[in-house]
Amino acid sequence: MSYVPHTQEEIGQMLKIIGISSVEELFKDIPKSLRAKSFDLPPGMSEFEVTGRLKKLAAKNATGLVNFVGAGFYDHFIPAAVDALVSRSEFYTAYTPYQPECSQGWLQAIYEYQTIICELTGLDVSNASLYDGGTALYEAAMMAVRSTGRNKIIVDSGVNLIYRTMLYSYTSNLSVEFVEIPVVHGQSSRDELVKHLDDKTAAVIMQNPNFFGAVDDHSDVVEKVHKFGALAIASVYPISLGMLKSPGEMGFDIATGEGQSLGIPLSFGGPYLGFMAAKQELVRQMPGRIVGATVDTDGKRGFVLTLQTREQHIRREKATSNICSNEALCALRAAIFVALIGKEGLKELAEHNYRNAEFAKDTLSKVSGVEVKRSSPTFNEFTILLPRPANEVVYRMIEKGFAPGFPLGKFYKGMDNYLLVAVTEKRTKEEIRKFSDSLEAVL
Amino acid sequence: MDIPKDRFYTKEHEWASIEGGTAYVGITDYAQSSLGDITFIGLPKIGDMIKQTEFCATVESVKAASDVYAPLSGKVTAVNKDLVAHPELVNKHPYDKGQIFVMEISNPDEKANLMDEEAYRSYVEGLSK
Amino acid sequence: MKLIFEKHKEGRRGPSHAKTGAPKAKGLDPKYLRKKDTNLPSLSELDVVRHYTNLSRLNYSVDTNFYPLGSCTMKYNPKFTERIALFEGFSDVHPLLPQLSGGGVLAQGSLEVLYETERLLSEITGMKAFTMQPMAGAHGELTGVMLIAAYHKDKGRRRKFVLVPDSSHGTNPASAAIAGYQVIVIPTGKDGYMDLAEYKKKLNNETAAVMLTCPDTLGIFNPHIKEIADMAHEAGALVYYDGANLNAMLGKARPGDLGFDVVHINLHKTFGTPHGGGGPGAGPVGVSEKLVEYLPISRVVRRGDGTYALDYQAHKSIGYIAPFYGNFGVILKAYAYMLRLGREGLIEAAEMAVLNANYCLAKLKDYYDLPYDRTCMHECVFSASRQAKNGVHALDIAKYLIDRGYHPPTIYFPLIVKEALMIEPTETESKDTLDAFIDVMIEIARLAEQDPTKIKEAPLYMPVKRLDETKAAREPNLRWRP
Repeated sequence: MSYVPHTQEEIGQMLKIIGISSVEELFKDIPKSLRAKSFDLPPGMSEFEVTGRLKKLAAKNATGLVNFVGAGFYDHFIPAAVDALVSRSEFYTAYTPYQPECSQGWLQAIYEYQTIICELTGLDVSNASLYDGGTALYEAAMMAVRSTGRNKIIVDSGVNLIYRTMLYSYTSNLSVEFVEIPVVHGQSSRDELVKHLDDKTAAVIMQNPNFFGAVDDHSDVVEKVHKFGALAIASVYPISLGMLKSPGEMGFDIATGEGQSLGIPLSFGGPYLGFMAAKQELVRQMPGRIVGATVDTDGKRGFVLTLQTREQHIRREKATSNICSNEALCALRAAIFVALIGKEGLKELAEHNYRNAEFAKDTLSKVSGVEVKRSSPTFNEFTILLPRPANEVVYRMIEKGFAPGFPLGKFYKGMDNYLLVAVTEKRTKEEIRKFSDSLEAVL
Repeated sequence: MDIPKDRFYTKEHEWASIEGGTAYVGITDYAQSSLGDITFIGLPKIGDMIKQTEFCATVESVKAASDVYAPLSGKVTAVNKDLVAHPELVNKHPYDKGQIFVMEISNPDEKANLMDEEAYRSYVEGLSK
Repeated sequence: MKLIFEKHKEGRRGPSHAKTGAPKAKGLDPKYLRKKDTNLPSLSELDVVRHYTNLSRLNYSVDTNFYPLGSCTMKYNPKFTERIALFEGFSDVHPLLPQLSGGGVLAQGSLEVLYETERLLSEITGMKAFTMQPMAGAHGELTGVMLIAAYHKDKGRRRKFVLVPDSSHGTNPASAAIAGYQVIVIPTGKDGYMDLAEYKKKLNNETAAVMLTCPDTLGIFNPHIKEIADMAHEAGALVYYDGANLNAMLGKARPGDLGFDVVHINLHKTFGTPHGGGGPGAGPVGVSEKLVEYLPISRVVRRGDGTYALDYQAHKSIGYIAPFYGNFGVILKAYAYMLRLGREGLIEAAEMAVLNANYCLAKLKDYYDLPYDRTCMHECVFSASRQAKNGVHALDIAKYLIDRGYHPPTIYFPLIVKEALMIEPTETESKDTLDAFIDVMIEIARLAEQDPTKIKEAPLYMPVKRLDETKAAREPNLRWRP
């Protein structure tokens, strides 16, 4: 059942040239006592059988739900051209472009991706991507620790709890101290945050829009962060950058985020795309691959992996990170997605997300018992207060064919009756109305 | 192999030119040629207190990163900022324009731990055998 | 080729994908809005399709060229797994669905894939349990070292050092250092194995772990491996298995039986998922009994009624290392691959991978120096030292191979071999392909004697000639600017 091409005759010829008489002799260096004690696996199956079996498993997942769940991971439309282009096996069956002369396609695509990330975030340099938004944020925090030589990090609790938990997990054996600033009415508490700034602070981490969907302009906070010689790190949602003030415009030093919304399927949590951009002066602290432009011996433009002395294969235990790959194919998806929708299309996409969410807010506010929280402006996600625990409501709404949102009580104490609702460009007016009607019926 | 007579050397291929309480520091011709085209110098900061044999700067080529160790203990008083834009100066002129930093020596006795030109030359010849 | 930004045409639009019926809403306060427009391109859909199609043609890939890149296991990636990953029932599932009340029943298919893959990997490696969360091999290493740290901390042991052989992948020491350990490097002895005497000297009650690759990066199976593991355990240290080279071991030996406590597997190497131009991969981590309670949350469990659920109750867990359950799309492909090959197919894969590597070794050893002349496993490591005497270095050989239509082997790794050429043919390559490659390698050896400049000029027939990497590093140009 394997994909081995050899004929019996060829195997015989090869063994003869090696100078042995059986395949088993190739493994003579493994003493009998160290041989596998068991290898109890099912027999192989045909392609038809495996495909059928997995089709059945896929059918056990529900895909018919109308999705209002976001919480950092969004249901956006993916144009067919994205799938078609990343399905070219000249891309997906290649590996890291170690040999530039036979990898110019990949290298140029990543150079263009880096430019796109810089343009979106308003920052100077980008790497070739990281695993996901959470590991990107952790890498950004470590960049700040290294470049400032300090070890205190202030985290706004409007940052996705999943990412905060990842930050704490990764640093549990390191001497990094975190201070978490509670949110007030869904928005970051500036005074509280500024109060904790001192000359031990390496960085302040904020998210925009924050986990509750609140949009903010953090420029004033960033200015204060810089006064203490600390770095400001933003975790951002790339689709929103078609409309919202960019991290660069607010003065942030590093921006990271989850790139899934840029043409990458939700796919039950991965593979996703961690992006990272930073100010020029931080480039040598960046983790991961970076592609640069140069010239060949004829003076023709070409691309190479560069600034590699930061990386593990050269620096080993002194490297800026242990990462040895990137999420290239996901980065390619993001680049193709952005190229397809284009400069104007990105603005339009952001506008339509915003408009749909505003429409949903208006519609839901008419449902008796539902309170739409309006303490902060939002982009495409917002919180509503329900008269009953959100968990119960979610359960009933799923029965009605909706994934209605994320119950905040799962992540925040005392917020059991709150539901976080995301409305992307995919949701139609009719779906939003039905959602609201069903909610009315359920409550 | 260019090894000037008027300075002192370490086993890690740094040189120090000592004038009174001041030392001028760089890497040797041998070091620059084994690294190849130098692409970046990580300079120390002015005011850094450094200790003999301990890490104080980095020199990088495309595929290698090499630490620079302090030839003597003391305080960094000046760095060669030209190297930021022109790291190749270390390749071309390791002993003058490619000098990395200047320091104030805190313990002149440490000079005894360094090699003179003759000792360093035979040390390097031993390495290439 | 022009950059996509250089193809921009002001005013040109691709087809619009956003159509809302919702009325125009009152805008946000301008202070929240972007002031500076982006310089993203405006192009037609065909412009974009042609751009990326043409870019794809500038790459070597497994589907277009023999790709014997050592340590990377560039085997054929079966097409049917791509189709499975595109099933909407898998690709459209929001990861938070099972965390919604009543949502668990809606993701049973995906949970079953995770659970079953974990079970298969446990049997293949002889480990007790797996976490599917690590998103790459290096990520698995970091997770593994974090598990080791959690174990020692829980046992009240203060351990400071991780031992790593000098032949290891750079990710080993980097992962150990990033998890907070100091790294001690153990040299390789004359026989090609880790120096046992040095190892004994460095191993003590401050050692947290020893990280080993098996077969090692020279492609050699170390028969002392169990002894090394036993000594570590006696010192209270744990033993880490870098699974980069697992392809050679399938059905032959299992890390669990050899005494390893932690194992990471590169699904994109051993289990045939595409490398994606650098990723995404997946690096699941398996552990022995004593480490199970520290595994990251969540874990997939099978309930008495045959349904699956996510378990978040693990107070000794190292926490979250991924936002959810790992690179599900990659895990899915590996699961399909394992089902397809089954027991016999996986064993055959290991056997034929080792056969192909030894065939290359036998055919080339008269032409290239072999630092450690013995039966290899799935890859063989030559040295171009003989050719280097005529000025032909491993890099030059690589560039000439490119001109001849081959992706080069891994060069200059492992670091302990001068002018290293690390060839991993994999089991999916035919004898014809190997013979053609071997002929070119022999031609190179001859040219190195007779006409070395011919090799040093290469490549001549690629989209670009040799690129100036010094310029790239000295004057970093990392993005386009208008």
